[in-house]
Amino acid sequence: MVCNGATVLSRRTLLTGLTALAGITQRAAAETPFALREIAPGIHVHLPKPALVAAANQGDIANLGLIVGDAACAVVDTGGSIAVGEKFHQAIAVITSKPVRYVINTHTHPDHLFGNAAFQGAGTEFVGHHNLPRALASRQEHYLVSFRQQLGESLMANFRFVPPTVLVQDEMILDLGNRRIVLRAWPAAHTDCDLTVFDEATKTLFTGDLVFREHVPVVDATLLGWLQVMDGLSAIKANLMIPGHGAPDETWPDGLLAQRAYFESLASDLRKDIQEGVGMSEAIETAAASERGNWQLFDEYNGRNASEAFKELEWE
Amino acid sequence: MLKMSRRQSLVLGFSAVAVSPGAIWAAAPVADDPWPGLVTDVFSDTAMQRTDSVVIMEAPYRSLDAALTPLTVNLSPPAGDAIKTVTLVVDRNPAPVAAVFRLGETADVSRIETRIRVNENTAMHAVAETVSGKLYVSEKFIKAAGGCSAPSIKNQDEAVASLGKMKLRQFGAPTSASAPREVQLQIRHPNNSGFQVDQVTHYYIPARFVSDIKLWQGEDLIVGIEGGISLSEDPTVRVTFRHNGAKSFRADILDTDQAAFSASWDAIPPGSSAS
Repeated sequence: MVCNGATVLSRRTLLTGLTALAGITQRAAAETPFALREIAPGIHVHLPKPALVAAANQGDIANLGLIVGDAACAVVDTGGSIAVGEKFHQAIAVITSKPVRYVINTHTHPDHLFGNAAFQGAGTEFVGHHNLPRALASRQEHYLVSFRQQLGESLMANFRFVPPTVLVQDEMILDLGNRRIVLRAWPAAHTDCDLTVFDEATKTLFTGDLVFREHVPVVDATLLGWLQVMDGLSAIKANLMIPGHGAPDETWPDGLLAQRAYFESLASDLRKDIQEGVGMSEAIETAAASERGNWQLFDEYNGRNASEAFKELEWE
Repeated sequence: MLKMSRRQSLVLGFSAVAVSPGAIWAAAPVADDPWPGLVTDVFSDTAMQRTDSVVIMEAPYRSLDAALTPLTVNLSPPAGDAIKTVTLVVDRNPAPVAAVFRLGETADVSRIETRIRVNENTAMHAVAETVSGKLYVSEKFIKAAGGCSAPSIKNQDEAVASLGKMKLRQFGAPTSASAPREVQLQIRHPNNSGFQVDQVTHYYIPARFVSDIKLWQGEDLIVGIEGGISLSEDPTVRVTFRHNGAKSFRADILDTDQAAFSASWDAIPPGSSAS
């Protein structure tokens, strides 16, 4: 399916919107510079350091991307708060006057899409996996509560959910004007609504959270499903891979090796314990311990990964 | 609507709110200790004896996964008495009674492990009631956040496709017919808490959870479980008991949509290797 011909924002509408936006975010922007760098022709990325969501970082912990075509541009994820989304939007306006026609949400996690509202406007389509609306419906209440706790009330004050307006069933090609990007909806892996973005011109692959680097991977949907999806991912001929968290990889698919090693360690430790009849409470204390030095935020997420993976693997 | 006992209504969560608005523990100020009220509502103010032998609860100090926290009770009946039920209470959960275990009269259950949702930092109580009517209590405190509203269904297509599927794991090779045995019953069920609300439609995703589990050896009950939304998705119970020599195990479960599921398995004979 080819999707183009969405309304192009007039220059005036755009400027009006941006002026209003600039007023709101001027102070925040002055406090924290928002780095956006061109990593390949027409591909701009924002790469924050791995961290937990907190008021101090405004939820700016996920990699964000911008793809600029001749007629329009597409944004890959919007950050963990409206404040981050606004900074991102503002930084884009400095780079290009092309309208943001597509906001692509790689999955349902709030650190990737809570900035959506900053991009809302006539002619902007929000694009997600066909399972994204369902995932949002069942999770948004929980995310609201937990992000109010993590970010604080003020950053969440004007928060609103912006659900997708365009759903990807399997594969979809978006035309940004002499620049085609291929969106692909994957079976359940990191979540049950993971979407990747591939820029044909530069062979750049945005994996969303299907790939973590530096930041320990977080298993939400299924470890076994994710391992299978990684086989499919690594078959994509990409020159450059932008993960959901951590550094880009110019030697793709080598950028998947660390994540695979972690998953294999987790699975093999847990399978051994399950085989020997060791209970969950004991097994999750030691699973993947040998990987601890290889990842940031290991202690924050490994126990949960191990718990969920134990439950999944004991059905084998 | 089903007729519910007071205890059942507390187990059921949302129904508890409908039946008795006073039972919305989650809305109480944090400083208030919900336990005295629970002693009244769930145990009719029956005196309880603190114990470090009859019932001993094991739980992590901090939950690694608030939606999936392992919890164990070790049981040892007082001399001349037998344990009839064990009630598991997560004091500050929206539905505080996580489960009521009814122990089979001849099963000699000595250990029960299950997995629960923990909504916030809370005390938890395991209360054993003996045949003679005495109550014994074991208390633990746990640190956790968000387990009840946490997304319970991680992989929704899969959850729907496999609802009601069961597995029984049998641990260790029993050395003799009379040696204690340990099995784990696993049930595929979202055990939906009903606490997820759709921000667009404002409709709660309806609660649907496993309400009744019975695990049998031959015709004898090992354990019956009244469950609620505080049990994790894919409810699981691991139990140590005395085998009566029956050649098979069976599980019957019922959920709140009145869906019934049954499954049976051959008992691994003494002396052979476990699966």
